[in-house]
Amino acid sequence: MLVLSGIVIVILGFALRLNPLAVVGIAGLVTGLAGGSSLRGVIETFGHAFAENRYVGIVWLVLPVIGLLERAGLRERLQAVIIALQAVTLARVLVSYLLLRQVSAALGLNALFGHAQMVRPLIAPMAEAAAEGSGPISNATRMEIRAYAASADNVGNFFGEDVFVAIGSVLLMKGFLQQNGIVVTPLALARWAIPTAILAFAIHGARLALFGRRVQRAQAQNA
Amino acid sequence: MITLEHVYILAGLMFAAFAVGRARDRAHPRRWRSAAFWGTYALSFLAGSHLSDLANGILLSVLIVLGASGLARPDDATPPTERLLAALRNGNRLFVPALAIPALVLLGTLFFKYLRVGTAPLVDPAHTTLIALAFAVLIALLLGYMLLRVPWSAPLTEGRRLMEAVGWAAILPQTLASLGALFASAGVGTVVGGLLTQVIPMTHGATAVATYALGMLVFTVIMGNAFAAFPVMTAGIGLPLIVGRFGGDPVIMSAVGMLCGFCGTLMTPMAANFNIVPAVLLELPDRNGVIKVQIPTGALLFVANTVLMALCVYRH
Repeated sequence: MLVLSGIVIVILGFALRLNPLAVVGIAGLVTGLAGGSSLRGVIETFGHAFAENRYVGIVWLVLPVIGLLERAGLRERLQAVIIALQAVTLARVLVSYLLLRQVSAALGLNALFGHAQMVRPLIAPMAEAAAEGSGPISNATRMEIRAYAASADNVGNFFGEDVFVAIGSVLLMKGFLQQNGIVVTPLALARWAIPTAILAFAIHGARLALFGRRVQRAQAQNA
Repeated sequence: MITLEHVYILAGLMFAAFAVGRARDRAHPRRWRSAAFWGTYALSFLAGSHLSDLANGILLSVLIVLGASGLARPDDATPPTERLLAALRNGNRLFVPALAIPALVLLGTLFFKYLRVGTAPLVDPAHTTLIALAFAVLIALLLGYMLLRVPWSAPLTEGRRLMEAVGWAAILPQTLASLGALFASAGVGTVVGGLLTQVIPMTHGATAVATYALGMLVFTVIMGNAFAAFPVMTAGIGLPLIVGRFGGDPVIMSAVGMLCGFCGTLMTPMAANFNIVPAVLLELPDRNGVIKVQIPTGALLFVANTVLMALCVYRH
């Protein structure tokens, strides 16, 4: 039971809005000690895992390119292009990106897009520009547009990738079931991800479209 | 062979350059703390594979202490008028490096496996996408310099500005993944699984499905990762009850159960790289701004998944 104290620390830490980095560090320390490790043992396990997981930080390599492009006017250019295209609306930008993200993830290309590579430099500015095409937007609306752009990336990614047979989660399920004496094929698992993939697109796509309409209605009222 | 290690060295050099850039900025009150943070992170990338577990653990502790005590705020962005002028000057050529990144990652992912030196693969086949990303970044930088008129120092100064806007959150996803390893080695999963089966009476197949689905959701919200929740819930409830006692189909149970976990990922700050990092990257004032717009989708989809599993898992 004592090993659950780490979970309690995490929940309390996030609820009290303490610095998440400190919360995670303390939760790890407490869990390790409660599990019977020495202080040195905990630091070693933590350090080993941190070094093993360095690939998570690779994504930051794109920041210099994005910085360079933003300095050279990428957002401003994108906004000019989008505003010139009358047919591009906020809802269309967001729903198209959701579809693109989900289909590419289902084809095993889930590392192709992402928040750093795609949403910050391209999708969020496109969505903002598309909204501005039908009138000025408040700062709060701009922030909401960005949050919805990030959500389209996440939903498309999560509920697309499981349709692909060779993705980590499908292989994890296969491996775990096999350890427990149940042999299944990755294809069978991937097939059962399809109903949820369709539902995810329907639900989130509808919410993105409704959001687009809500922004437009607010603009019409202010005009 | 080109491996992940080379990519780590590249990343280490980038973080080292950020650290040096920050240290040289005399005007900044917190420059040393920030420089030490990015320098330590650089060291972890450059030397992490050769250091002992203890040394890596000490690096992580230093990062947590520095990161939690507050880092330097990023420099101001280039004024909008200047960027507007640059946009007019550079025109549609701006899109070439931007679109080159996904295109090259795709190419690398698909075709690296055909590149060979003698009989050995040129690129580590286990990590093609990450290595392709590193190549794509280097080529996009080159394209940027060739096609656009920008100051030569722009990638480092602007890259550092973006990185400092992310700040300590940069290492949060990696730290959370490490916390998962600590939880696993301390046996947190077994305790939670045992506790759930004690508390809830499992007399009907539908109760078992609901408990399994909800357990996947809640445990993912706590751990920030459905992969951590899956073995715990499946060993604790899924296999003994849904499959064992009530004769459910393990394929449907696992596939849909994992997706219940993904619904949880949409709703939790613990899934930092999906939910917190974009909020910071997009400069949202509310750290939970992305989670807030995702909760309705996550909740609806979770209900749909649970119903789907309850309807299909026992019918085969």
